[in-house]
Amino acid sequence: MKILVPVKRVVDANVKVRVKADNSNVDTANLKMALNPFCEIAVEEAVRLKEAGIATEVVVVSIGAKVVQEQLRTAMALGADRAIHVETDEDLVPLSIAKLLNAVQQKEQAQIVLFGKQSIDGDNNQTGQMLAALADLPQATFASEVKVEGESITVTREIDGGLQTLKMPLPAVVTVDLRLNEPRYASLPNIMKAKRKPLETLAVADLGVTLKAHQTVLKVTPPAERQAGIMVSSVEELVEKLRNEAKVI
Amino acid sequence: MTILVLAEHDNAHLKADTAKVVAAASAIGGDIHVLVAGHQCVEAAKAAQSLAGVTKVLVADAAVFANHLAENLGKLIISLSADYSHILSAASSVGKDTLPRVAALLDVAQISEVIAVASADTFIRPIYAGNALATVQSLDDKKVMTVRSTAFDAVAATGSAELVSVDNALDARTEFVSQTLTESARPELGNAGIIVSGGRGMGSGENFAILEQLADKLGAAVGASRAAVDAGFVPNDLQVGQTGKIVAPDLYIAVGISGAIQHLAGMKDSKVIVAINKDPEAPIFQVADYGLEADLFDAIPALNNLL
Repeated sequence: MKILVPVKRVVDANVKVRVKADNSNVDTANLKMALNPFCEIAVEEAVRLKEAGIATEVVVVSIGAKVVQEQLRTAMALGADRAIHVETDEDLVPLSIAKLLNAVQQKEQAQIVLFGKQSIDGDNNQTGQMLAALADLPQATFASEVKVEGESITVTREIDGGLQTLKMPLPAVVTVDLRLNEPRYASLPNIMKAKRKPLETLAVADLGVTLKAHQTVLKVTPPAERQAGIMVSSVEELVEKLRNEAKVI
Repeated sequence: MTILVLAEHDNAHLKADTAKVVAAASAIGGDIHVLVAGHQCVEAAKAAQSLAGVTKVLVADAAVFANHLAENLGKLIISLSADYSHILSAASSVGKDTLPRVAALLDVAQISEVIAVASADTFIRPIYAGNALATVQSLDDKKVMTVRSTAFDAVAATGSAELVSVDNALDARTEFVSQTLTESARPELGNAGIIVSGGRGMGSGENFAILEQLADKLGAAVGASRAAVDAGFVPNDLQVGQTGKIVAPDLYIAVGISGAIQHLAGMKDSKVIVAINKDPEAPIFQVADYGLEADLFDAIPALNNLL
């Protein structure tokens, strides 16, 4: 079976971003970019399913400017077989991304579409669910365990208060949570090999999808700064401050 | 303008999140209806009737809604959507699972984790792990959004809304297999007034016992950082952070937590933050109102003795 893994290029998780002085957006110029950590987990799971003999092909897809090809190469170095790049310079909302991915899925007919649960830049947590809706597929979000048996998939999900297990027929959409696996590192020989793996570039027009504007970002501002705190020298002083100054205990 | 709020409940009890989402709906302005979809959820529906500002409670009572699965809830909400200008839910695991499905089927963009309402079509939401706030104007005819419940104060239980049953015949594709919920007598993390959180510095799961003691003395909930969850000290539904729970209690006590960006994203809106850490350079001290540089294995027992 084929697994399709949509991946995203984002600012590295350890970089603290700053808002531009004109409040138009965050300043991402010259920042270190990386594969979104949740997408890494999705790629890892797809590759493990291939290693277990369940999947036959892992296809990664990314939507964005030409630079996203770096992250597609990274995903192929981690074990994906081929990549699709849908090229656009526009900043798209998750719904538009989901529409483009739906067109890719119509072509590819993957049995499992494996997403990260959210990207760490927009923090939207929408795209997987939206693709499932557009493609009319069942969905299992926030997966911490995935088992494929014949024509169905059993997924344990992280929900508020605990864990939930669902079973659904394939094809299905699964979005992955942090606990699903520990992604591997790309080895140098695999990075070299990834350069020769096929990478197909498509234009938005090739996919026959009409996109529309859904929202305008009016401004982006920094969050309110917290007032500087104080260091206390003892547990007694801490309790005294919490009781009499902050009045929270 | 009529607003539909998806109720958050476990069939027997309405969760406090619902009253907070109703508060967000009140800030938008308009008639507010609450949808209670579940199985044998009469009690939850009754509780929803009493929320101030709610004029109608729609009840869809069927086995197919017992576990709040996105596909089924999504279909139900779509069948009701024609009457509504806004569709809201808490940014809970059910809300995050369901609403994007609804938005896509309505061909509208969703606005996630709204923390403030600027107007009926303009909302504020955090991006980049809370390091920036985006003011977003929706151009869609219907607004579908999840609400960060910690950003709104619950409405009072002084209302008396009308109760209406809605049609709910559905075929389900997804099969519910099982569910295990973490049992706890302590307050729920999302609604606790005080939270005591432990990180990697706790060293082991057994050592969490001293934090639990402290939590019980304060009537607090216990939370954790990702490091403590990954190390297996505590179950992952206790994780506070960008990808775990977002909390904003009156008092947050971070013990043995360095304060990575992803953790701060989940707790930096707490009213008072206390950090106990032996590393004076730990980033957590930059957001703490009160910092104590000390070994937690000395400080926490001492704290327990004083309370």
